[in-house]
Amino acid sequence: MQLSVKHLLGIRELTPQDIQLILDTAKEFKEVLQRPIKKVPSLRDVTIVNLFFENSTRTRISFELAEKRLSADTINFTAGSSSVKKGESLLDTVNNILSMKVDMVVMRHSATGAPHFLAQHIPAAIINAGDGINEHPTQGLLDAFSMVEKFGTLEGLKVAIIGDIMHSRVAMSNMYLLKKMGAEVTLAGPPTLIPKYVQEAFDVRVEYNLKKALEWCDVANVLRIQLERQNQVLFSTLREYNLSYGINKNILDNLNKEIVVMHPGPINRGVELDSDVADSKQSIILQQVENGVAVRMAALYLLSGNKPVTS
Amino acid sequence: MKTVLNEQQIAITIKRLGHQILENHSDLENTVLIGIQPRGVYVSDQVVKEIQQLVPADKINYGKLDITFYRDDVRNNLHVPNQTSINFSIEGKNVVLIDDVLWTGRTIRAALDALLDFGRPAKVELCVLVDRRFSRQLPIQADYVGKSIDSIISQKVFVKWKAKDGIDEVVLQ
Repeated sequence: MQLSVKHLLGIRELTPQDIQLILDTAKEFKEVLQRPIKKVPSLRDVTIVNLFFENSTRTRISFELAEKRLSADTINFTAGSSSVKKGESLLDTVNNILSMKVDMVVMRHSATGAPHFLAQHIPAAIINAGDGINEHPTQGLLDAFSMVEKFGTLEGLKVAIIGDIMHSRVAMSNMYLLKKMGAEVTLAGPPTLIPKYVQEAFDVRVEYNLKKALEWCDVANVLRIQLERQNQVLFSTLREYNLSYGINKNILDNLNKEIVVMHPGPINRGVELDSDVADSKQSIILQQVENGVAVRMAALYLLSGNKPVTS
Repeated sequence: MKTVLNEQQIAITIKRLGHQILENHSDLENTVLIGIQPRGVYVSDQVVKEIQQLVPADKINYGKLDITFYRDDVRNNLHVPNQTSINFSIEGKNVVLIDDVLWTGRTIRAALDALLDFGRPAKVELCVLVDRRFSRQLPIQADYVGKSIDSIISQKVFVKWKAKDGIDEVVLQ
């Protein structure tokens, strides 16, 4: 069995079988991570470059750990301290790195479609670690993995995605993935942060009342308010956002069931999530981070079957 | 196509392997049995059952090991991993690896590498249902052998199990 794609550009390009294969493989890697020696030699002949044109803590560390646990050689690249500052183009930068015999590229870029562009021009396998406001496929996969771990299946699972849908690549990847795997999705947030036509495009529900969305769902995937991507005023103040859409213990305690709370991080404490929820038993935020390494190992492992370019 | 072992012969052979392992490991507390995924597990399940019948009071440390990530051809031909479950320490234990067919020895090489990531066993032995002699590519031999057969490289050995293939049988093709 193999993936139907050569690159992991987005969940959009994957089939349900691909998603299942990645999740199944990730399960075995999670077991590897519980061993005394948390490392397997599978990719010891592979060199991977982590190209981060945008800031990241979790994703970069998670990818780097995943690569090291697979015994791959890694190079880290951050745009801030590179020749990009001197005006080198993306393709030139990547081609220069690849000429030093690099086999795979993990890339985060603030421009939507940057990895798709690269995929047309370079032979190496590319994993998208987030592009603009498009997709963040490994986050979508690790969210799904965490949900499966908690509930057993995605089929029929009720997931509420809450917050800044408009600017969130995590929301996009989640929507594609959950719909492909048979889950039900409701988007909740202020009307200004939910794109028009999303209901028709993804066959999801939209709910402007937070309480109603929480009453309906099994899992609430709460998104970060991405102030850095908002160039206009979409809600009056963070304080007001917190009052209408922030999730606190009081709201959760008054629901008629116990729901699971997820968040892709970094959390704006006191904005979309209050600390009494973020640190509660209902939150699986740290399990998500833990699962991220296993999921990324699976993605890297399955894409490495793509013959190396250095032969 | 030639039948090497039929259903009855397999049952007798497994019984013997169980007895032989128990003979050398009278103290099961320090012994660990590990089946190699995916096909070796069919053998190890039955061997463990056999041993358990002989010593019903003893607890058998039984695990399953997947070697996919340790294969030397992992990147030529991508394999989908199977479950590994070793829920105990193998540090200082006597380990018996169990597989169905010993051929080139490469699977066992990978299994040894995988095993050592779980700790340092006192000793590792190998038990196989079928040993294809004179075809080794690595210096690896089995300690407990169900049946030795001589075969040429172009031949294939198929071990079929009721649970998966509808019949218990070993054939040479």
